[in-house]
Amino acid sequence: MTINLIILPVLFQFSLAIILLFFWKNILAQKIISIAGSIVAVIIAVGLFSQVYEQRIITMQAGNWIAPFGITFVADTFSTTMVLLASLSSLAVAAFSSVTIKKARMKYGYFPSFHFLIMGLNGAFLTGDIFNLYVWFEVIIISSFVFITLGGKKAQIEGAVKYFTLNFLASTIFLTAIAVLYGLAGSLNMADLSGKIKIIENQGLVQVTAILFLIGFGIKSAIFPLYFWLPDSYHTPQAAISSIFAGLLTKVGIYALLRVFSLIFIPDDFMKSLIVILAGLTLVSGGLGALVQTNMRKMFSYMIVCHIGYMIGGLGMFTAAALAGTIFYLIHDIIVKTNLFLVGGVIFKINGELNMKRMGGIYDQYPTLALLMAVPLFSLIGIPPLSGFWPKINLMQESFATSNYFLLGSIIFGSFITLFVITRFWAEAFWKKIDNPVRKPYIIYYDQMPQSQRLLLILPIVFLSFISLYIGLGAENIFRLSNHIAAELVDTSAYVQAVLEAQKPL
Amino acid sequence: MKLLIFRTTTIFLLPLLLLFSIFLLLRGHYLPGSGFVGGIIAAIAFILHAFAFGLKNTRKLLRMHPLALMPVGLALAVFSAILPIFQGLPVLTVLWLDEPFPVVGLIGSALLFDSGVYLVVLGVALTIIFTISETV
Repeated sequence: MTINLIILPVLFQFSLAIILLFFWKNILAQKIISIAGSIVAVIIAVGLFSQVYEQRIITMQAGNWIAPFGITFVADTFSTTMVLLASLSSLAVAAFSSVTIKKARMKYGYFPSFHFLIMGLNGAFLTGDIFNLYVWFEVIIISSFVFITLGGKKAQIEGAVKYFTLNFLASTIFLTAIAVLYGLAGSLNMADLSGKIKIIENQGLVQVTAILFLIGFGIKSAIFPLYFWLPDSYHTPQAAISSIFAGLLTKVGIYALLRVFSLIFIPDDFMKSLIVILAGLTLVSGGLGALVQTNMRKMFSYMIVCHIGYMIGGLGMFTAAALAGTIFYLIHDIIVKTNLFLVGGVIFKINGELNMKRMGGIYDQYPTLALLMAVPLFSLIGIPPLSGFWPKINLMQESFATSNYFLLGSIIFGSFITLFVITRFWAEAFWKKIDNPVRKPYIIYYDQMPQSQRLLLILPIVFLSFISLYIGLGAENIFRLSNHIAAELVDTSAYVQAVLEAQKPL
Repeated sequence: MKLLIFRTTTIFLLPLLLLFSIFLLLRGHYLPGSGFVGGIIAAIAFILHAFAFGLKNTRKLLRMHPLALMPVGLALAVFSAILPIFQGLPVLTVLWLDEPFPVVGLIGSALLFDSGVYLVVLGVALTIIFTISETV
């Protein structure tokens, strides 16, 4: 049973989605099953995490086919941390979407698709096979297509076209890269590849393949020249959906980049400087994009792009400390970005507006709520001692140590832009007085909702804010965790050994 | 399409095609065929029936919404995947019965998985075709 614990997050979400399919028309049952199931998923993820963190890497050979030939599932600290974070944010989003998603959309399979999406994420985090990783990416993309078009409004379809085209292109490039890699090394198992790739004579072609992977994952995680699809499509679906997209979908690209570049292609000097430059440009261009937006959700979308730069920057420097900073930022970012879009959803429910200029008065009407929302907003900036502060310090120190002054400048620039954008948003939406706001008849406003629904709207934000606070105030623990993961990424021998150690079929 | 010849042949073709689809499903493990192809052939049988006798009659013949086949098929597939857990084997390991079955041959949990695929493909194909022909 212990070996199968590793696949449990995937199988559980899959079963959950199937059970939800049986309740196709019964929305109330779907809501209850989805929330209860997400709680169980958190428990499973915690169990898996503690088992791996305290003991060792667990592997499972699916179908009992031994390592380089079959598909291996590997749970090391990094992947189980990601599974844990995904289950935490999906719990919050499941609760939030049970109130905010329209009934008509729930009737067309919102919740089953949601759990298929989380299944895909868990699968992508746990797999040790590069082609299998591609398959999980496809699972994620197909479920996200359902989300992005569900409802069928004109703006949504427009966003979906861009989203589909770019993601399709990314998948094609990713698949091409896998094909070239297989042609070169004759293996798809990542642990196996890590040994085989070093003894290939034609290292030039290996470099080209690495670049193909960088482009493929780069489109998915929205790094500098490839991010234009993101702000154009993430603001169209409903808040709950955008929050899961913002929190997890771009981060799975970062996860894949970290895996591929630590296991298979160890970055050389050219690759390092390329990634560092891309990171800097991502920070600057994403920040500038956020600066000119007045639409709240578009602004948040540009913030996603901007902050991807921090994580890519840590990867580009590729020292243990920089990678630790990247991992810490990843942990912080998944929680805070999910929360940010949930906050955006609540602000929309209060004001009925997406344009910052026409918002206002939240602090006047709901002072405690404003205080709550301050946690994710100011964590995002990284005001000490909130969670965004620590990884930035780490990344800045490392860019000094490796004398990447361009990256250092971009990090400082990105932080200042974030500070400016969020404080401007705070001033507009929270502090500004607004005179007799116009009410739109088709929106159910926050003060028109019954108490129980309000609770379901606010509890997820409270939950995620507490996690954010823990990440900020208990930074020592998170640092220990991220140093541990970074050490595993730099020295992959334990991972490789766990996968390839002589295992006879059971 | 109210052609007599077409209708009469469809009456004979429907059971034949369904039998053929099950033949392909059972043949699938080592030889060409499997749940996917079988499901498609079965869907073709029903689509042919719908062309000849109209969608209403086909729905009557099916007795249930084809969409309902999808969760059943998926559940079968997952069940076959988790079956080896109870024997302490990794997920998706194929378990075989000791004795070969008459006519069919040796039966393993892969057949269960393929039957799941069969149902899912049948459900999806019919749902898509029915929805399109209803709206056109």
